[in-house]
Amino acid sequence: MRRPSFGAISLALIPFLAMCFSVSAWDRVHPMILGLPFNLFWLLSWIVLTSVCMWGVYRLEAPQIAKAEGRRENAGRAQ
Amino acid sequence: MSPTAIALAIIFFIVALGSAIGFYAGTRHRMSLEQWTVGSRGFGSLLMWLLMAGEIYTTFSFLGASGWAYSRGGPALYILAYLPLSYVVSFFISPLVWELGREHGLQTQPDFFLVRYRSKYLMAFVALVGVAFMIPYLQIQLTGLGIIVEVASFGGIGRTRAMILGVVLLAGFVFVSGIRAVAWVSVLKDFLMVFAAVSIGIYVPHFFFGGIRPMFAELARAKPAHLVMPGATNNLGHTWYVSTVLLTSLGAFMWPHAFGATFTARSANVLRRNSVVMPLYNITLAFIFFIGFTAFLVIPGLTNGDLSLLMLVRQTLPPWMLGVVGGAGALTAMVPASILILTASTLFAKNLYRPVFAPTMTDDQVARLARIMVVALSLVCLYFAIYSSTTLVSLLLLGYAGVTQFSPASSWAFFGSASRWSEFSAA
Repeated sequence: MRRPSFGAISLALIPFLAMCFSVSAWDRVHPMILGLPFNLFWLLSWIVLTSVCMWGVYRLEAPQIAKAEGRRENAGRAQ
Repeated sequence: MSPTAIALAIIFFIVALGSAIGFYAGTRHRMSLEQWTVGSRGFGSLLMWLLMAGEIYTTFSFLGASGWAYSRGGPALYILAYLPLSYVVSFFISPLVWELGREHGLQTQPDFFLVRYRSKYLMAFVALVGVAFMIPYLQIQLTGLGIIVEVASFGGIGRTRAMILGVVLLAGFVFVSGIRAVAWVSVLKDFLMVFAAVSIGIYVPHFFFGGIRPMFAELARAKPAHLVMPGATNNLGHTWYVSTVLLTSLGAFMWPHAFGATFTARSANVLRRNSVVMPLYNITLAFIFFIGFTAFLVIPGLTNGDLSLLMLVRQTLPPWMLGVVGGAGALTAMVPASILILTASTLFAKNLYRPVFAPTMTDDQVARLARIMVVALSLVCLYFAIYSSTTLVSLLLLGYAGVTQFSPASSWAFFGSASRWSEFSAA
């Protein structure tokens, strides 16, 4: 069982820090951005940034995943 | 035609079209247990996306989210945070679940607990808890369906009649087509749902205030406290926010139907890619919040906030658009309800009844029992939906609190002990 790399885990923790634990820092009305209250604008931006972070995680993990799958296929042939 | 007749005709058309798609979806496939429950593990990225989106966008997103923005204000924002974060969690867990599923031919969440912990009784217990907490979630969908159709038809179809009709149709297409019905009906449902949410989210604030920006400017001037936590409540502050977002984002994947849906994927990478893209889908929810906040300014004092969206829509939109919203809302209830019923029935037949009462049953007999359970469970939930009244969010949080209890055992299954894991995979 392969564990995700340190880099991947750290990158995946960023959305949790930004959208969950830091709530008292961004839960405010002002400054309003694009006509939205600051907290709503912050969360909407982080929805997009969460996808960006997870795309980064995917790219970081992809080589290891491919390697692991190759290994399994080889093992399958050996049997 | 009168407005009622127009709205009713459109609602009927949409629901009938959705159900027809559902019935048709399974006709080209022989329905073995594996085909019925996990689509023979053949879903590619697109079908998988539709299935996951179909599960996540429920009638709760439609009514509950605007209802909370209306009645509670700031605390409603937790919904925007927990859904994207739940995909961060599923990015790591769902591929592992899928791999184990392929190796051992798993179809349900309790199957997973059986191979991981090797206890028939743990499996049966997980199945029991899963079914028990899916019932309030199902009740949400049916109650929502009833409310939407009743209001959108100007009272032309009563709540109870709408629920009965909806349940008969969805039980029918689940019975016939299984999981394929759920994925394909989602196509129509998601298209209509996104269209309805975005257009009324822009139109309604525009109608009253001339746009989204002036609406928020007015709200920030008149009632700034409503926009931040704890909003209109006493106790839903930042501590509540952090604990609720954590609980629900970890718990989202522990729903037996979300867990089971991973087994339909063609490969583990389909699941990873979906987890990357799915957070974006939640942007639509912002438009639903706009409606709730507008309602707070325009029609204060409703006792049931869940009704705020529909009340505003009925006041401002032409009847045909009300029909589209009503039809989209009805499908938005029927799709998640159908996968909940499918999963609960499979859990009951395969993981509870067979191991405990009838170990000699064949898979075909299990499939038959599961289909009978579709009918039985539909009736049970219909009964609850007709005879009990609780707000949608309370029901949702009750369900989440229940299924999140699976989280430690599932996480332990993967990350608890590497040595035990390798010993297990070797076996």
